[in-house]
Amino acid sequence: MLPYIARRMLMMIPTLIVISFIIFVIIQLPPGDYLESYISELESQGESIDPAQIAALRSQYGLDEPFLVQYFTWATGMLHGDFGYSFEYGLPVSEVVGDRLFLTVVISVFTIIFTWMIAFPIGMYTATHQYSWGDYGLTLVGFLGLATPNFLLALVMLYFANVTFGISIGGLMDPEYLDADWSWDKFVSILQHLWIPVIVIGTSGTAAMIRRLRANLLDELHKPYVVTGRAKGVPPFKLLVKYPLRVSLNFFVADIGSMLPSIISGAEIVAVVLSLPTTGPILIAALQSQDMYLAGSFLMFLALLTVIGVLVSDIALALLDPRIRLEGGRAA
Amino acid sequence: MQVIKPLLAIRDLAVEFNLHGTPVPAVKGISLTLWPGRTLALVGESGSGKTVTSQAILGILPANASITQGEILFTPPEGETVDIAQLSPNSPAMREIRGDKISIIFQEPMVSLSPMHTIGNQITEAIRLHRDIPKAEEKQLTIEMLTLAGFPKPEQAFNAYPFELSGGLRQRAMIAMALICHPALLIADEPTTALDVTVQAQILHLIKSLQQKLGMAVLLITHDLGVVANMADDLVVMYHGEVMESGPSEALFRNPQHPYLQALFAAVPHFDMKPGERLRPIREIAHETSAFKHGLGAKTEAQRQAAPHLSITNLDKSFGSRKGSLLGGEQSTTRAVFDLSLDIAVGESFGLVGESGCGKTTLSKLLMGALKPDAGSILYNAHGEQIDLGSLQGEELRQFRRRIGLVFQDPHGALNPRMTIMNILREPLVIHKFGNEQSQRQRAKDLLALVGLSPRFLNRYPHSLSGGQRQRVSIARALALEPELLILDEPVSALDVSVQAQVLNLLKDLQQELGMTYLFVSHNIAVVDYIADRIGVMCRGRLVEVGRREQILRNPTHPYTRALMAAIPYPDLDRPLDFQRIIGSNYSDPASWDSPYAHGPEQHTEWQQVAENHLVRIAAGPALSNETGEMGEKNAPEARL
Repeated sequence: MLPYIARRMLMMIPTLIVISFIIFVIIQLPPGDYLESYISELESQGESIDPAQIAALRSQYGLDEPFLVQYFTWATGMLHGDFGYSFEYGLPVSEVVGDRLFLTVVISVFTIIFTWMIAFPIGMYTATHQYSWGDYGLTLVGFLGLATPNFLLALVMLYFANVTFGISIGGLMDPEYLDADWSWDKFVSILQHLWIPVIVIGTSGTAAMIRRLRANLLDELHKPYVVTGRAKGVPPFKLLVKYPLRVSLNFFVADIGSMLPSIISGAEIVAVVLSLPTTGPILIAALQSQDMYLAGSFLMFLALLTVIGVLVSDIALALLDPRIRLEGGRAA
Repeated sequence: MQVIKPLLAIRDLAVEFNLHGTPVPAVKGISLTLWPGRTLALVGESGSGKTVTSQAILGILPANASITQGEILFTPPEGETVDIAQLSPNSPAMREIRGDKISIIFQEPMVSLSPMHTIGNQITEAIRLHRDIPKAEEKQLTIEMLTLAGFPKPEQAFNAYPFELSGGLRQRAMIAMALICHPALLIADEPTTALDVTVQAQILHLIKSLQQKLGMAVLLITHDLGVVANMADDLVVMYHGEVMESGPSEALFRNPQHPYLQALFAAVPHFDMKPGERLRPIREIAHETSAFKHGLGAKTEAQRQAAPHLSITNLDKSFGSRKGSLLGGEQSTTRAVFDLSLDIAVGESFGLVGESGCGKTTLSKLLMGALKPDAGSILYNAHGEQIDLGSLQGEELRQFRRRIGLVFQDPHGALNPRMTIMNILREPLVIHKFGNEQSQRQRAKDLLALVGLSPRFLNRYPHSLSGGQRQRVSIARALALEPELLILDEPVSALDVSVQAQVLNLLKDLQQELGMTYLFVSHNIAVVDYIADRIGVMCRGRLVEVGRREQILRNPTHPYTRALMAAIPYPDLDRPLDFQRIIGSNYSDPASWDSPYAHGPEQHTEWQQVAENHLVRIAAGPALSNETGEMGEKNAPEARL
């Protein structure tokens, strides 16, 4: 197992190099650069700019260097923690992202836990009570969650949260804590605000997960090994959890790979609507304004998380399923 | 005085399935009695209600089935009589009976064990549910049970996963799991149907000896009268949910009264059949060949003389496999087909016998051109012109494929469930641009007539057909392009006896009427005997004995052939299986054979003539004991589990 993990880690290096290059190419693809869009924005506001100043800025940021040199500077910088400079914010990228990254992770982790807590019992119930009223009812609710646009749900929830509980609209905390240092009150305020985005972002994922869990469980429930378990005298709930649920977890573990990057980038539109201080809106803005180092570093971070996520889910699958662990390529 | 009560007494039991609101009776008022320590066989075809009866006894009926009347009186030793029909299936009382007093083993040991849990875990679970004993003792008991079930290395098996074991060992694990609580009643639902004949004999012996040791009763559910003859004290014959005949097996075997039971006996192929004697299936089918007379059957004598239909020389095929963990581990090679030479004459029916893993399926794939051989050649006699299969490529190969048809074992998997029978039959015609749409439709109709199915099946989907009907569609599809050679890969082993007789008769007739050459692959010598003119026995990729049908049957010479023959259970009380002979050793291991047949995996072998046309393979060169790496250039170790 250990040499396997080591080999997979080594393979990640060329993968990430290729990804970083592709990201940089794509970011550079649109004509112009940040300065040009900055100039046109200023000009549209009727201001004029000294060409000499532009040229100075351009050479300061290295924008007049050849493409490969720019790429190389950026890529090697990342290796020792220098992610470049955000033109838009006038700050190093790491400082722009910093705090928001933490809040994003908090929201995402809560969302995932919320999704699991709702989806697993409902999925198990609907699979074992297929075609019952309970199944149809919960399926209907699930589909409503799946079909309702998140931003709409977000607006509705905001309204009720404000009217019923008196919670301030938008953001992840009351405005007075925005620039305050961390304190118990700030933490409580975050918790008060957290549940809206968690529910809003979680509903669609929950519905999808219920459906998948139900389908996977239904495939397994009628397998002969479940009958064997029944014939042994295993009580129904234990039977469900030990055998079919365990087997149908594979899809779920395989999902971890795509879950990690979505922790950071997920739900941009909801974040905009709820004006959450998360990373999603920054990424969108950075891409729009061609703030290349911010966008590039961000995408790079997502790529890294994807690669790690896939590795984690592969290892978890092997731990969970002895067939994968022990059979390897024997069948091939 | 104490009255001995029957262990299990079923009185007038009826079970109904609820299919979309319509009640469908599956068991219609059956009664049977099983005494402690005895074996009762429940015999019938699929759909006769025998499995449903066993599920009712265990309280594991599917959710849409229910007991509508009758009682199932179960009296455990030193216990009160319970009516299982009155117990709720999930009640604690029923759960206490299941797995403790009554347990069950199923047909498919692979899918009946959880792939995610070790054998030890699954067996120990049964003790933990029913007995209150310390953990260490649980493990000790499990290992003892595994030893009793015939595991050579029980400690190792305790931590093994089901997929790491062979089919026979998996079934042994199932048996160990069922018997760990020493039940009073073991239900064995087709326990050996999925196994090779030699393994089947071993498992039957195991059940029998454990039955004696533990003093339990066995309810054996099977469609194989040969198994019944060797196992059962009493017999209940079921048909369409009703009992046709019941009584001691002695009486029923010697003097079957009911026409259905008589018909079942007549449908089993056996070795005492006179030349030209036909099997009598329960439902005979008529078929119509008139539309095919013109093209086929035109095998001239000159063509027969020119060359064999198929001439295989020194064929070799190995598979590399990655064993061990995820990391790759070392490469190992399995030789699926090993230096195989064989001629099949034009118009001949050649039967190839061997157990699973002997390479027969690989051979048929090589002949189809689905795999490329590593060495050796296959020459095909196309109306006098010799074609080398290895040299065919692209369009030539595509054209060539018309000449060979293939019928698979599992008719469920071989037909695309999303295509109608019409489309299934038309597909080969479309691929080979055979006529226009109208003539293709007509041809599909003719093909169905050829296998005795009515044209109304054309618009149906495979799932609405029975197993036998599906297999006939599969045969019709194989015949669509009028092949000269038909490869039949275990075509009847998934079918019931009566349907098997039907399909075998059909195949036999078609071969003669259409003048085809058959390569008939099966693990059942009795079936091959019925169909084939000549028989080859294959073991570990090598042909070990070849001869005419009667030569092989009258004078089986090779130890492996003899083991195969000895392991077949006859539906005849006077010819019981000689368990002692079969249990002794592993007959598929060449090293275990007697001299001069024994050889090491890489040792050279040669043919020895027994009689005219009857050859048997013996070891050549140095004897087994001093064989050490002399065959250096062919140093691919055979994979062994």
